[in-house]
Amino acid sequence: MQTIEARGVSLTFQTADGPVHALKDVDLTVAPGEFVSFIGPSGCGKTTFLRSIAALETPTGGTLRVNGMEPDAARRARAYGYVFQAPGLYPWRTISGNISLPLEIMGFSKADRAERIARVMDLVELSGFGGKFPWQLSGGMQQRASIARALAFDADILLMDEPFGALDEIVRDRLNEALLALWRKTGKTIGFVTHSIPEAVYLSTKIVVMSPRPGRITRVIDSTLPPDRPLDIRDTPEFIALAHEVREGLREGHSYD
Amino acid sequence: MTDAVLNAPTARRWRLSTGNLLPILTVLLVIVAVWYLAAMRMNATWERDQAVRAGVELTLPDLITRTLTQDRPVLPAPHQVAAGLWEGVAGQPVTSRRSLVWHAWVTLSATLAGFAIGTGAGVLLAVGIVHSRSMDQSVMPWAVASQTVPILAIAPMVIVVMSSAGITGLLPKAIIAAWLSFFPVLVGMVKGLRTPDAMQTDLMRSWSASGSQQFWRLRLPSSLPYLFASLKVAIAAALVGTIVAELPSGATAGLGARLLSGSYYGQTVQIWSALFVAAILAATLVAIVSVIERRTLTRMGLAR
Ligand SMILES: Nc1ncnc2c1ncn2[C@@H]1O[C@H](COP(=O)(O)OP(=O)(O)O)[C@@H](O)[C@H]1O
Ligand SMILES: [Mg+2]
Repeated sequence: MQTIEARGVSLTFQTADGPVHALKDVDLTVAPGEFVSFIGPSGCGKTTFLRSIAALETPTGGTLRVNGMEPDAARRARAYGYVFQAPGLYPWRTISGNISLPLEIMGFSKADRAERIARVMDLVELSGFGGKFPWQLSGGMQQRASIARALAFDADILLMDEPFGALDEIVRDRLNEALLALWRKTGKTIGFVTHSIPEAVYLSTKIVVMSPRPGRITRVIDSTLPPDRPLDIRDTPEFIALAHEVREGLREGHSYD
Repeated sequence: MTDAVLNAPTARRWRLSTGNLLPILTVLLVIVAVWYLAAMRMNATWERDQAVRAGVELTLPDLITRTLTQDRPVLPAPHQVAAGLWEGVAGQPVTSRRSLVWHAWVTLSATLAGFAIGTGAGVLLAVGIVHSRSMDQSVMPWAVASQTVPILAIAPMVIVVMSSAGITGLLPKAIIAAWLSFFPVLVGMVKGLRTPDAMQTDLMRSWSASGSQQFWRLRLPSSLPYLFASLKVAIAAALVGTIVAELPSGATAGLGARLLSGSYYGQTVQIWSALFVAAILAATLVAIVSVIERRTLTRMGLAR
């Protein structure tokens, strides 16, 4: 069974200025354990596609299956954790309290919650910060806490919409390395939206290049990089060739301008 | 951004107590001086008339002393009001009908009851409005309309209707107070409950949270800064409502009654004393709400 299966998925927003084709005939298959990046210019439907997988938007055409289910059913089965660009932590809850929030909503027992919180905090290297409030942490640490929150209930898909977009380059490198380690350790399927070509190439097993008006997939690139990726892999010819291919794909989508 | 705005007064008050006493004292002095000058001017007419009638010539120092020591001045001088206040607060047993403390208590109890009713009603209506589109469209216009009716016109009607039904004392006054205080709470809470942004509610949806989980865990805590800002307005409004309700009722108790009987009998010192007690009461109530606000929001990490 595929983790994500999209067949001819379209989504048209009816707006005051007429219909906006956010997605048109999107076909994509993601196998369990893949790390898929979505890259493309603003407005090409990356967010809309991720939100459709999460059942936060409903496609107006085509079929979309998540773990073999309708996205809505998959959500109720806790198929995914979602990470937004901003950490979105509650200022009135400590870091532990924030990670605990989805667990409380889903009805996990107190002992179970404590065990899970400790485990995911360790996973994102935040052990010892559980009692801190969000404003006492740096932006990068806050975003790690929000990843921990998305991991706490053991969803096997992690959906991330430009999670590091608001962070500086150095913090970003660190987090990319940590995310890759986390992915290898947990074997989760990750859907990751980014604007950055090096980020997409460094992280992914599969890079989905998209283009706007209407939002569509123009190229799907399978990475040839090994799963073990130190940061300096970015200087290898293989990496540079992949980045070049992604750039080509992006240019194709813009052939008209 | 809203947090910063709402908490700004707190920060300013701290700075006040440490360094800015001089400007405050200066302003106070200027006010007192202007007040004395106004008292002299406004009370002088009557003194001059008296002097002309008695056929005596008044020297300026004489005129000044007289204008500041009249029994029923047009505008009592600050020291007269201070003496009246002192007499009313400390010069009587607090259970006496001539004690300002007793009258203040009568007003305060109705104010607090009205504030509680108004806050409860405002919060409940806000919850309804946020959760139901039809309530949003039906309740809000009425709430706005209720505040455009002059309270001075409504208050006597409520008092009279209720007393003809045998209900007197605290309750009718509390209802007028609630009438004025529910509105700011309603408006503040509607805004507060709607502050969580799309991302926050999307997160909740992604966890398949129920409506009540969203309310208790997200909307209600997010609304607290707005609630507190509204409560400060509401408690002052409740006091005004109570005092207005005490005016027409033929009541003999409460600060409003003191104001009215003072004006019947030309007891300007009594009026001003009652006014000052009302002002002090209002300031104290608002200050108490502010302290609770600061403590709560600091504990919740919403104030920094
Ligand atoms: N809720 C919405 N209503 C109307 N149009 C929308 C909505 N969400 C997104 N769009 C439009 O759909 C297109 C794709 O948006 P989005 O998926 O956010 O792109 P991306 O994340 O790639 O920048 C854009 O043109 C955007 O304006
Ligand atoms: Mg986007």
